[in-house]
Amino acid sequence: MDILNALVAVLNYVVIPASSYGAQLALGALGVTLIYGILRFSNFAHGDTMAFGTAFTILFTWAFQAMGLSLGPLPTALIALPFGIAVTAGLVLLTDRMVYSYYRRVRAAPVILVMVSVGVMFVMNGLTRFIIGVDEIQFADGARFVISAREFRAATGLAEPLSLRSSQVITLVAAALVVWALFWFLNRTRTGKSMRAFSDNEDLALLSGINPNRVVAVTWVIAAALATTAGVLYGLDKSFKAFNYFQLLLPIFASAIVGGLGNPLGAIAGGFIIAFSEVGVTYAWKKVLGYLAPAGLEPEGLMQLLSTEYKFAVSFAILIIVLLFKPTGLFKGKAV
Amino acid sequence: MSFLLAENMTGGYGATDILHDCTLRVEKGQIAVIVGPNGAGKSTAMKAVFGMLNLREGHVVLGGEDITRLSPQDRVAKGMGFVPQVNNVFPTMSVQENLEMGAFLRDDDFSDTMEQVFDLFPILKDKRHQNAGELSGGQRQQVAVGRALMTQPRLLMLDEPTAGVSPIVMDELFDRIIEVARTGISILMVEQNARQALEIADMGYVLVQGANKYTDTGAALLADPEVRRTFLGG
Amino acid sequence: MSIRQPDAASGGRFRTPLLFAAMAALIGLEALTGGWNTALGILNMGLISAILALGVNIQWGYAGLFNVGIVGFVALGGLAPVLVSMPPTPGAFAGGGPGLLLAIGIATATVLAAIWANTRLAGTARLLAIPLILILGFFLYRAVFDPAVAVIEAINPSAQGNLGGLGLPVLLAWPVGALFAAGAAWVIGKTALGLRSDYLAIATLGIGEIIVAALKNEEWLARGVLNVNGIPRPWPVPYEIDLQGDPAFVERMASLGTDPVTGSTVLVKLLYTGLFVVVLLALIWASQMALKSPWGRMMRAIRDNETAAAAMGKNVTRRHLQIFILGSAVCGLAGAMMITLDGQMTPGSYNPLRYTFLIWVMVIVGGSGNNWGSVLGGLLIWYLWVKAEAWGPALMTLVTANMEAGALKSHLLDSAAHMRLLTMGVILLLVLRFSPRGLLPEK
Repeated sequence: MDILNALVAVLNYVVIPASSYGAQLALGALGVTLIYGILRFSNFAHGDTMAFGTAFTILFTWAFQAMGLSLGPLPTALIALPFGIAVTAGLVLLTDRMVYSYYRRVRAAPVILVMVSVGVMFVMNGLTRFIIGVDEIQFADGARFVISAREFRAATGLAEPLSLRSSQVITLVAAALVVWALFWFLNRTRTGKSMRAFSDNEDLALLSGINPNRVVAVTWVIAAALATTAGVLYGLDKSFKAFNYFQLLLPIFASAIVGGLGNPLGAIAGGFIIAFSEVGVTYAWKKVLGYLAPAGLEPEGLMQLLSTEYKFAVSFAILIIVLLFKPTGLFKGKAV
Repeated sequence: MSFLLAENMTGGYGATDILHDCTLRVEKGQIAVIVGPNGAGKSTAMKAVFGMLNLREGHVVLGGEDITRLSPQDRVAKGMGFVPQVNNVFPTMSVQENLEMGAFLRDDDFSDTMEQVFDLFPILKDKRHQNAGELSGGQRQQVAVGRALMTQPRLLMLDEPTAGVSPIVMDELFDRIIEVARTGISILMVEQNARQALEIADMGYVLVQGANKYTDTGAALLADPEVRRTFLGG
Repeated sequence: MSIRQPDAASGGRFRTPLLFAAMAALIGLEALTGGWNTALGILNMGLISAILALGVNIQWGYAGLFNVGIVGFVALGGLAPVLVSMPPTPGAFAGGGPGLLLAIGIATATVLAAIWANTRLAGTARLLAIPLILILGFFLYRAVFDPAVAVIEAINPSAQGNLGGLGLPVLLAWPVGALFAAGAAWVIGKTALGLRSDYLAIATLGIGEIIVAALKNEEWLARGVLNVNGIPRPWPVPYEIDLQGDPAFVERMASLGTDPVTGSTVLVKLLYTGLFVVVLLALIWASQMALKSPWGRMMRAIRDNETAAAAMGKNVTRRHLQIFILGSAVCGLAGAMMITLDGQMTPGSYNPLRYTFLIWVMVIVGGSGNNWGSVLGGLLIWYLWVKAEAWGPALMTLVTANMEAGALKSHLLDSAAHMRLLTMGVILLLVLRFSPRGLLPEK
């Protein structure tokens, strides 16, 4: 019974939250890695693109709620998501036209593009605050739980609760669908293959007649879709607060680099590695060890490696270790 | 009139000219080879034909059409295929995808062309699902040539295709290039291995300091004692 | 406020003095409309911003290094006044000190052992030894560190609960702040320099966030979000209360026709201004000399063509590390000065938008690579940042004057405050695009 309880506790407090967080990070890191592969710079505005997309999705959600639209047990935000993606895609395309395209034309150094993306981040951050403010917003509706703690305990008779929130299930399902669609697009369609070709060898892609402007535009639209989806899933799972999305930038970059910048598969693996480390290191293992340890040897302290305030330190530490020992990432990325 | 006529090409990448009144011709279905010492502007001459540098003087005519002002991409559409010396494949894409990318500009069904490429380079058919970056140097060159053939070019340009491959692989590649020429495709090729290249060449151009030094058939150049002494090492 | 300009900066050699005169006029105008107290307040923070911009310019302008963690170096520098000048907390060092020192020793030993294992062992042994050493070291460290912290935090928690300081003059804390920042810069530089330029940006972004998180949470150090108040003033700045109680001062103010309260605050601010100007000038002098020295010429050669410099046998990564440490040290110095000016340490106030990205706007607008440009950018952008706080709502009131009262109008009025960020972002983008050399271009 104790082993079962320990297992349920690990599932409930580590595996489930880390999986959904990992899926959100993976989607964010996919966007960063795609931009890096095609446009060859680290996009610091990605976190704020997520915030912007989520903010618009929330506005559409409110509008649909006011109109009485609903998906029943599913959150209304899922109907609003495509609209949020459309607006965000429009914004990033406009940004590319007005800002980035010039630097591509003059073949600016990557660090200049990084700095420009910081300027864009500023503007997007301001826009998001202007549109929706700085307060914390809860916009999840529909059923809250798939498995609630009370039901689980009643059904199993275990001491440990297990709850599975619908936002977590939605995150995992949606992320799986999005990743499947992305890989299908990249590996099976002509446009997707031309993107990979462009990322692999830009000069040869140009020689083959691949239109760079089209590749760049498609990349931005996909990045906007990934960012908005990641942002909305994160917001449904936790809550929306513009500043939190800026702070997500670090774990997202860490995920992309750990997996190998420019490598989509690596971004997904990186997202889960970062998420599981973060949750695992900041979880207080006292309870689990208490179940497992022989009587009388239960741990006294919380058995928490780091307090949750330092969760970003975990992504940072992993990032530093990867930079020190394997700068191209676990799955061979493009950059050193 | 020659199929490719690049006459009096003068120009360079920056302020100083690298090419001085350089002229190259390739007849239909024939092989022309550019040889010469290091820094003679061999690759530059080929890049000029392909439109990768601005010419101050001279013009490039392909199949009777003046293409001097066209961009490299537009020249691909006009029937030029170019195989760069290095970085000439998409390393994380499979062999088959590399070939597909070669045919990117084509809207018609290109499966026949791909079969022809596979007939020419049978090893590629076996490795069609393997990433190009994982192949050996010689196989990568085959992918690169195959990619350029996918546009069904009328003129195929190769920049030192045998650089860094073993002599056996080199002979093999030259055999394939002769086969390509027999299908009616004109070949313009820059080669470091001058003797072997001239052996298969219908026409040879010896460039020195960006200008034509000797121009004759491959066999004639090989027989010329002056050329042998100065460029072919005796 | 797009500052479009032809290649050669118009105004010639008078450009710098003219623009600085204009800046002085803006401060003067502020004094006339808002009083000297406000004007000097803006000027003092502007001077600190100028020093920060100078530090960032050393990294960006001299070497092209993109530091996105300025906030962390500023915060780390701000820790110095607390640790140097605050009175020691009675019993804290005796109670927790040995434990803390031992914990630091264990941490250092662990890292050294891991490095040793990395260089000496190979294969599976290395793969197993390094994590083992790190994990063991971490647990040992926590076992010693946690009780020590508990002891310190238990001492008079409502007012102290931290280690306290050494009770030394606060001016000493300024170079110490620079040292703190330099230490952090060394660690980051060692890791991320020599890789792609993006990686330094990402690594600094991380260290910035972590330093701020640590300051907020490590209450034994600087009381975390509980803040440290009453940091002593530096020599020669007196306290307003003392001045107002000094008959001689009151009399002198009366003879000037000023009331002693205003007079004392203005005098205090003026003294700060004097201190900051001295530091700023010394820094500019030092960096100008450095720039003209063989070392500076080499730095610029490396920046302009890394490959060529490396081919000539210059160790580019090593030079970059030097520059990165120097620039971060200047940021740490500015951080210590800022905490001294404020008289309190509030870790919660270290916002990356304010302390990292605003500084970048200053450097870019001022003119990257030009020290005077950074100073001008620091002063000007800080002035605009402060003023925009009032201008934004005023402008929005004007815009919405003819609108019907309703949700939209109140929303627009409420969000006017956020327009500042947007404006700064737009300014940064415009300058980068149309005038990348800034107000005072590098010669």
